[in-house]
This record gives sequence, structure tokens and C-alpha cells, in this order.
Amino acid sequence: MTKAHLIDRLAERVAERTPELSRKQVEQVVNTIFTAIRDSLKKGEKTEIRGFGSFRLRTRQTKEGRNPKTGATVCVPEKRMPFFKAGKEIKELLNQCSNKEGTSHESA
Amino acid sequence: MRKVDIALKVCQEVGVSKSEALDMVEDVLEIMKEGLQKGESIKIAGFGNFIVRNKRERKGRNPRTGEEIAITPRRVVTFRPSQLFKKYVNS
Repeated sequence: MTKAHLIDRLAERVAERTPELSRKQVEQVVNTIFTAIRDSLKKGEKTEIRGFGSFRLRTRQTKEGRNPKTGATVCVPEKRMPFFKAGKEIKELLNQCSNKEGTSHESA
Repeated sequence: MRKVDIALKVCQEVGVSKSEALDMVEDVLEIMKEGLQKGESIKIAGFGNFIVRNKRERKGRNPRTGEEIAITPRRVVTFRPSQLFKKYVNS
């Protein structure tokens, strides 16, 4: 599923409820959501979405790396990484009907 | 930031009512969840990819008792942020 698909599907749902909303606006909605999450992390603020998961920043410490071509040691500076943790609801959703293609000894 | 805060942003940016904005945020999350449940990956340009991965059974330990237990096979969601997103939080 790409962003375009996501917009299509949202447009379908919205059309039933609020037909006066244009596709352009629906597109703007989807963009705003992801931009909002991105901006919050940039500010160092986490975003927690009930039933979906949380986005937060993890800091990677400085480490000594090597230039693979020359072998020279270089210092890799500290950097921040966006990190997503799936919520309980998603975890359950993905694992109900006991792993369809997994081996069949559930529970026990 | 929470769901309502995102809805407020949508309300301001797109000029829809607060309740409509909240409905649409819920819709987007639901659509994404449905996709993930089907095992579909979600690719959002400029943001990142949500990927469903199948994990095989493996052994784990109860960290408190040290007892060995089997971790059942399961599906998990991983998020790989896009280059842009990574650059953005470090700029």
C-alpha cells in the first residue's frame, strides 16, 4: 500500500460521509497527518496513537567507524533516529487466527 | 502529541470541522491497520515503510527466573524511516 492507495481508500470512505470534500483535500489530510508526526519528532516530542503505536526518537551514540575504502578511523557523530513501536492492538490484530501460515502448535 | 492533536492540525490545514478531522484520522489508522493485518507493507514517501515480518519460533528466557521458554511464531510490524525523515530529525 502506497500513500496514493491510502488516499484512494480514505476518499472512498469520506465520499459516503462528506461528499463535498475534494480529493485534493483528502490528499492534504493524509499529508498533514504524516507531517505532524514528523514535526513532533523533530521537536523532540513523541507521538502516541492509541491502538496503533508510538513514534519516538532514539539517540544513537557517537561511535568510531572506519572508512571502508581507506581503513582510516573516523568518528561517527551522535544522531537521532525515528523509532516506531507497534501498539498492543496491532500486535493482536496481526496474530489473531493463530498465524495462518505458521506451524500449527498454538498455545500449550 | 496524541490523536486529537493530529486531528487539530488537519482541522487547521484542510479547513474541515474538528469532528470530521478526527473521523478522517481514525479512518487513516484503520485503513493502515487493515492493510497490515493482510500482511501488506505500507509505503509512505518521505516518511517511511511499515513492513510486516513473520517471525519463526525461537527460544527465550524468562528474565526473572531464567527459565527457558518457547516464543511462539508471530507476525510483527517494523518501521523503516525514510532517508528524508532521518535527515529531517537530525537537521
